[in-house]
Amino acid sequence: MLQIKDLRVSIDGKEILKGINLSVKTGEVHAIMGPNGSGKSTLASALAGQDYIQITSGKMFYEGKDLTELSPEDRAREGIFLGFQYPVEIPGVSMVNFLRTSINSIRKYRNQEPMSAGDFLKLMREKKNIVEIDSDLTNRSVNEGFSGGEKKKNEIFQMALLEPRLAILDETDSGLDIDALRIVSKGVNKLRSPENATIIITHYQRLLEYIIPDVVHVLYKGRIVKSGDKSLAKELEEHGYDWIKQEVDANA
Amino acid sequence: MVTTGLNRRWMQTLDKYLELYQNNREQIGRDDPPFLKKQRELAIAAFRQAGFPERKEERYKYTHLEPVFDGELNFEFKPRQIFFDGDDLFRCDVPQLDSIVLTVLNGFYYHPGTEPLTLMDNGVIYGSLMEAMHQYPDLVERHLGRNASNENEPFVALNTAFSRDGIFLYVPKGTHLDKPVQIINLLLSDKSQMVQHRNLIVLEDSTEAEVIICDHTLSSQMFLTNSVTEVFTGENANLDLLRLQNEHNNSCQVTNTWISQERDSHLQHGTITLHGGIVRNNLRINMKGEGSETYALGLFLTDKMQHVDNYTIIDHSKPHCTSNQFYKGVLDDSSTGAFSGMIHVHRDAQKTEAFQTNNNILLTDTARIQSKPRLEIYADDVKCSHGATVGQLDEDALFYLQSRGIPKADSRLMLMDAFTWDVVSKIKQHSLQERITELVAKRLRGELSRCNNCAMRCED
Repeated sequence: MLQIKDLRVSIDGKEILKGINLSVKTGEVHAIMGPNGSGKSTLASALAGQDYIQITSGKMFYEGKDLTELSPEDRAREGIFLGFQYPVEIPGVSMVNFLRTSINSIRKYRNQEPMSAGDFLKLMREKKNIVEIDSDLTNRSVNEGFSGGEKKKNEIFQMALLEPRLAILDETDSGLDIDALRIVSKGVNKLRSPENATIIITHYQRLLEYIIPDVVHVLYKGRIVKSGDKSLAKELEEHGYDWIKQEVDANA
Repeated sequence: MVTTGLNRRWMQTLDKYLELYQNNREQIGRDDPPFLKKQRELAIAAFRQAGFPERKEERYKYTHLEPVFDGELNFEFKPRQIFFDGDDLFRCDVPQLDSIVLTVLNGFYYHPGTEPLTLMDNGVIYGSLMEAMHQYPDLVERHLGRNASNENEPFVALNTAFSRDGIFLYVPKGTHLDKPVQIINLLLSDKSQMVQHRNLIVLEDSTEAEVIICDHTLSSQMFLTNSVTEVFTGENANLDLLRLQNEHNNSCQVTNTWISQERDSHLQHGTITLHGGIVRNNLRINMKGEGSETYALGLFLTDKMQHVDNYTIIDHSKPHCTSNQFYKGVLDDSSTGAFSGMIHVHRDAQKTEAFQTNNNILLTDTARIQSKPRLEIYADDVKCSHGATVGQLDEDALFYLQSRGIPKADSRLMLMDAFTWDVVSKIKQHSLQERITELVAKRLRGELSRCNNCAMRCED
């Protein structure tokens, strides 16, 4: 589904990703872990198409398409979803207007008829239950005045509505209390299917107790330095990142 | 003082208008009651004294009106006999807006087949100001020219000297108007024209009224409008006054709105500029009575070479008054704008609360806005604030919308809609609010290059 080949990325002339190789297959859940500043969020931004990201070399293929040739909106319409680490507050844009425009923009791209108001409201009701989002929140402006936990739930709610094929969740667990974490992971697990794939970016192992990954990668200094199964996450939880840092730095 | 070329030109323009007045004096003043004859003479003298504002003058620094006033213009001092089916030519399409519609054509009340002035059972009077001067001379004399000062206000003075008609609205004590009054100013001519009309709105004590003024051009000729609207808000009166400007790019509009507020009166004033060539709005509100409240809203959307300048002065003359100014602008292409908002708190006006906000979005590198808050505070127990911002659309918000599959152009529109919604949402009349929301959205999509709902197809 997704192939990243020797991806190098700079921001403001500073190289952040120094040759990433990653392959994600349909049905898989990948966790990308790593200490702060290792380049995890930059990878997510590169996949979603933030324009301040400069790709200096390498390729990203999604379903055989070169991602760099797609605008951010077209990536979304092709089925990529980014759950933001810091969801943006947009005063004056109502949640309902935003979500409906989003769904219909995606439907238009796929040559589908716009969804009727009735069907849309029905869909909203149905998906709200998955993340136990407060009904009140969908009557407000996008993320405006939402608590940290509500913002994250709102990301998963949007994911549920848009049904992406590839979801990238950037630090969705940060700032969540244990109840919110449980709800968010429940949402992600419910949406998991053999047809889609998920990349979870986190630096805590905690989330991975709820969402069991197929593969765990450790990103450090802009490279994937170690990959393994879920036991790698456990190991990181117990011993921290130091042993990996030492291992990498010793080989450098 | 060295007379520069520009000043010389302004002097010549001044002479042109003085001459125009002298040559048409008889026609202009033919129906005047004595008090008005006197007012005109005083006004033309004040105009001669003040002259047009020089370019270096702070008040008009950002809006240069010389070329327009100096341009080739035609003047009409009596209503022209144009017959048209109002419905055919212009339909103000606000669903469910049940209003008293008063049409003003090239500055004169247009009322084919109906009386020039209507007296309702509840004592409300509306119609032609010219006619009101004859039927209710005392009432008009008590108010006309009492708010709008000619001193050092050349455009008001010019209007006082020349204007013959406009709308008169009188709401007697204790009366609530159950329908909004909608004044539709239409400009229609086969040659370039200057129009100067005057509205007089008097709300006695404990009244309630809603007035909507719409400005439209119906033909593509160059129009210059210099209008004065004088408003008196009595004790405990409640007025909602909204102006919707939608003229073509080849027009110039100078509006002068002077409002006085008596004790415990409540005013909401709005200026929504959807379209226009050069627009200068002078708004002056004098809070003369304790406990009065004002909410002054403004929204302007410009593109191409358009220019919109909102210049406000709010006088807090008495204690315990609250004012709030909230202006927003979205500027595209090489358009320019200015906002200058004065809060003047007089010495006795303790416990004043006065706030002012002006936020602007520049969509291009070539659009320009000058924003200048001015506070003059002579009382010591007051709460005042002001803030101005100039910025671009929020890039993070834009990306967030795009990342959900919404095309960039649509995302930009959503953010602009959201930006303007802050102002539009404060329009109280629901059907009008909906309509303006729609008009603003259309305007931002660039679909309002033709005046909306107008059968004429003026060129943009």
